[in-house]
Amino acid sequence: MPVSHLLSLLIWLPILGAAAVLAFGRNPTIARWLSLAVALATFVLSIPLWTGYQPAVPGMQFLENIAWIPSLKANYALGVDGISIALIVLTAFTSTLVLLGSWGPIKNRVAQYMAAMLVLEGFLIGVFAATDALLFYVFFEAMLIPMFIIIGVWGGPRRVYATLKFFIYTFVGSIFMLIALIYLHMKTGEFSLAAFAQASLSAREQAWLFFAFLMGFAIKVPMWPVHTWLPDAHVEAPTGGSVILAAIMLKVGVYGFIRFSLPITPDASQEYAWLVIAVSLIAIIYIGYVALVQEDMKKLIAYSSVAHMGFVTLGIFIALALVRVHGNPLGARLGLQGAMVQMISHGFVSAAMFTCIGVMYDRLHTRLIKDYGGLVNVMPWFATFMVLFAMANCGLPGTSGFVGEFMVILAAFQDNPLIALAAAFTLIIGAAYTLWLIKRVIFGDVGNDKVAKMQDLDVREWIVLGAFAIAVLAIGIYPKPLTDLMEPAVLHLVQQLGLAKA
Amino acid sequence: MLLSKTILLVIVLAPLVGTLIAGLFRHQVGRSGAAAAAIASVALSCVLSFYVFYQLVWGGAGTFNHDVYTWLEVGRFGAHIGFMVDRLTAIMMVVVTFVSLMVHIYTIGYMADDPGYQRFFSYIALFTFSMLLLVMANNFLQLFIGWEAVGLMSYLLIGFWFKRPTATFAMLKAFIVNRVGDFGFILGIAGVLYWFGSLDYAQVFVGALDPAAATKTVEIFAGHPWHITTVICVCLFVGAMGKSAQVPLHVWLPDSMEGPTPISALIHAATMVTAGIFMVARMSPLFELSEAALAFVLVIGATTALFTGLIGIVQNDIKRVIAYSTLSQLGYMTVALGASAYAGGIYHLMTHAFFKALLFLGAGSVIVAMHHEQDMRYMGGLKKYMPITWITMWLGSLALAGAPGFAGFFSKDAIIEAVGESHRFGSGYAYFCVLAGVFVTALYSFRLLYMTFHGKERFVVDAHHGHDHDDHGHRAPGHLAHAPHESPWVITVPLIALAIPSVLIGWSTIAPMLYGGWFGGAIRVGEANNVLAEVGHDFHGPLAMVLHSFTQAPFLIALAGFAVATYIWLLNPGIADKAKNAMRPVYNLLAHKYWIDELYQAVFARGGIMLGRGLWKGGDAGLIDGLVVNGSAAVVERTAATVRWLQSGYLYHYAFAMILGLIALLGGLWWVVHAAL
Repeated sequence: MPVSHLLSLLIWLPILGAAAVLAFGRNPTIARWLSLAVALATFVLSIPLWTGYQPAVPGMQFLENIAWIPSLKANYALGVDGISIALIVLTAFTSTLVLLGSWGPIKNRVAQYMAAMLVLEGFLIGVFAATDALLFYVFFEAMLIPMFIIIGVWGGPRRVYATLKFFIYTFVGSIFMLIALIYLHMKTGEFSLAAFAQASLSAREQAWLFFAFLMGFAIKVPMWPVHTWLPDAHVEAPTGGSVILAAIMLKVGVYGFIRFSLPITPDASQEYAWLVIAVSLIAIIYIGYVALVQEDMKKLIAYSSVAHMGFVTLGIFIALALVRVHGNPLGARLGLQGAMVQMISHGFVSAAMFTCIGVMYDRLHTRLIKDYGGLVNVMPWFATFMVLFAMANCGLPGTSGFVGEFMVILAAFQDNPLIALAAAFTLIIGAAYTLWLIKRVIFGDVGNDKVAKMQDLDVREWIVLGAFAIAVLAIGIYPKPLTDLMEPAVLHLVQQLGLAKA
Repeated sequence: MLLSKTILLVIVLAPLVGTLIAGLFRHQVGRSGAAAAAIASVALSCVLSFYVFYQLVWGGAGTFNHDVYTWLEVGRFGAHIGFMVDRLTAIMMVVVTFVSLMVHIYTIGYMADDPGYQRFFSYIALFTFSMLLLVMANNFLQLFIGWEAVGLMSYLLIGFWFKRPTATFAMLKAFIVNRVGDFGFILGIAGVLYWFGSLDYAQVFVGALDPAAATKTVEIFAGHPWHITTVICVCLFVGAMGKSAQVPLHVWLPDSMEGPTPISALIHAATMVTAGIFMVARMSPLFELSEAALAFVLVIGATTALFTGLIGIVQNDIKRVIAYSTLSQLGYMTVALGASAYAGGIYHLMTHAFFKALLFLGAGSVIVAMHHEQDMRYMGGLKKYMPITWITMWLGSLALAGAPGFAGFFSKDAIIEAVGESHRFGSGYAYFCVLAGVFVTALYSFRLLYMTFHGKERFVVDAHHGHDHDDHGHRAPGHLAHAPHESPWVITVPLIALAIPSVLIGWSTIAPMLYGGWFGGAIRVGEANNVLAEVGHDFHGPLAMVLHSFTQAPFLIALAGFAVATYIWLLNPGIADKAKNAMRPVYNLLAHKYWIDELYQAVFARGGIMLGRGLWKGGDAGLIDGLVVNGSAAVVERTAATVRWLQSGYLYHYAFAMILGLIALLGGLWWVVHAAL
């Protein structure tokens, strides 16, 4: 029997740890070590989730359920399946590395920064563990607060504009979602996601709910055309904020799609799958071109994130079309599984890319591509890592970036070869924007005197990038453990999709 | 009797171990340690590959087809890492590891003064690993993994001297052009899974026997039913066009000469660029189902064979001449595939690997002797300084030009004859191209020899001092610090080792490999398409073939090319410039490589950047942020100014505007969606 209340522990340990860091972290060194210890403990505790998860047992596991607001029948209900476990482990892993990575760059209000990160980690784990819609919503909204603070306090010169744009954009989206949740509560009298999924809804109801959810989640992902907050937020965020934003927070939107849109409004999801597929393909191609011409490295990677997340939404809605239109559940599983792998992989790859940019920023205090050049001459280890992650970013086999893209393209072809054609365009445009960046920043002769003085990675940076590199390569070389973990959840979802509601 | 999985694993993994030692522990093992590790690992692979080859051909071993581990599993769909080793694989393994070993040894001499010595060894060993992964795959997943991995190594090695702007440009170009090919390739793989339900070769090839496979159509565009096998094969072949540098995706290969010469020999001549040829031969059970796809292959190959060869005539950089020659020869291989003479393509692949690696390594030897001068206009008369390089280069060139009895003769003549027998759409055009190509091949091959080794010395040795090794490249063109001299044994031994098969290998191999059904089930040719069998009726042994050839068109055409080259570049050197002036438009066309690079640069590179900028400034900043997001904020602000019911600051307006804007967006979307239904 696994540890009871493990999920609660994973949520509240970082949050209580944050309180401790605030209380005892006057001395920055103490704050750093304490926060790292808390994050590391959380990560270690997240591992039993993976090892203790029983794939043969259907449904959610590690359940916890306490009445929370009895009058609303809202419960503090937690539970996870393979997909949530993968995301929780990703969160704990990345948060640990982010905290370690922040030791150098964050020099003022250290304790507050570390505490904000830990609180954010707790809320994110809460989002992925909640099986009660109201609880989910609370975590979903609450996580904006620490991120708002991280960007607003430790961010760049235009941080006020960026935070506002970020906060309002995402907050507006969630208002629509709240309305949908209230409607579903009126309909079912409960807040449990399982009850929502079983609610019988007319086509018209589903359509309204679908678009309300779409507003909430599309902004989070973000999908074209509601993505413009992301580059601004990234540019102004400190490195750690960018990493968490790209690696974890974007996944919350996708997670919403698979926990809300698909099970609750399957018929509407099918009806409007074409819309999401079209928007996803626009994200892949249009955003690819936009990424190509960015002059700011962070913006470039931010746009590249949008394009990669396009693959995730594409895979999900391709799966829907496959199972419901073509009666091809195997292809659907391939697409959905591919989307999930792409999501996890993007977590590692984007985190690593933003960390790399952070490493450069810490040395020269600029993110502009033109200020760099020929880093390989002075930072060979850094160049090795950066080229590795760049290759993962353009989906080179042997790295995690390939696995999900490959599966989604295979699945898309089964639905419509033209969709696969458009999606596969990422092979070209992704390589173009990523490797052109590499050419200008990493290769060539030493760009200028400032570059000539840059120091290669220190031990701490080496550990952070090395850990990401191991993750990226491990998934690329042997993805089966990851897909096996998520397979029962994917299968369950595909079966759920097969049933019409209206 | 079965091949041992352990041995196969060792063959693949040994170079990986060599890479890790030479790469990650380069400071610990030092220069010689890194070289030793890489060479020993590749030598082990090579010896074991020969052993596997022996077992398959003489030891009675059957085809090996086993998975090593399951990479991914979704329901019934499994993707594996595993090996399929039959004679087709074995010949590739032997060629790859043998040439790789020669190049490894050569590298000791060629890269001796390079600060990136260990890095270079770790890269080429990793390349060998990737290439073995590719050729030994038993499924499309691993094929694609190896395919992209060799592309990565090519990228890194072209840019090995990363300080040079030309090198960093060439590496990017090579990767992206290859990605255009891979874009088709991955769609082909997706099509294979769609139609055959599996990515394992064995299952796909069994599925290809189903009569439905040849006739089933798919309507990708409504009203245009296409054969599914045509779609699959054309897509797969687009991948081959990228990797094997076929027109119009050939543009990356000449630029790849920015890499060190051993790389040009190994990757951009002998092995990696032949991956596309190998892949199509491996997929012969699929290609045989689609007449249209094969005709496409034939026409592309023929175009490449002739038109890239022509460019080689006007190049002055010694490596670029050989690079264009490689393009042209890859075209020959592709023509063979398109004519259903897969064995002919593979056979030419093998002979070409030996003599082309030899030519590149010989060119490298010349380049070292000339202190990194590559322009043949500053060479001439080198034969007396470097006799071994001179003789081996002659042997390689004779093989390339198809002199009777040399390796290239057997393979190229077989291709020409096979195309002559083909009745496929485009075969007439292809026959013309491959015949005309023979003239062109002779012309550029002997031009290279004459300009480099014969005639007057067009360089000056600066007599005074000159022990300063650091000034390479800082001298005026054609000025050397000391007289050129023959290269050390680590360079000449690989030259000799490659010259032997370049001269001799045809004699013993042509009968079994082309006409003897040597490949067994590895290559599948339809009854009606079997042109090699037709050619084989007139084959009465290699000697008869050699004797017979003296009266045949290819030989006479090659002879004409030889004569013209001898006249222009040896006997009467002044005439070359006159001819250039007389045929200025033709010369310009060739010297500018048909302006294809300029076209791509303008349309795809600059066009892409303009499109990106347009979408960014117009779409993201203009339309979405400017009009919708900030615009709705502005509207609200203006309204507020008149109505004055919003009195707080910008923040409040902004929040409100966002909500309004999004509601408008949602409503609009809703309306559009309903209007569309």
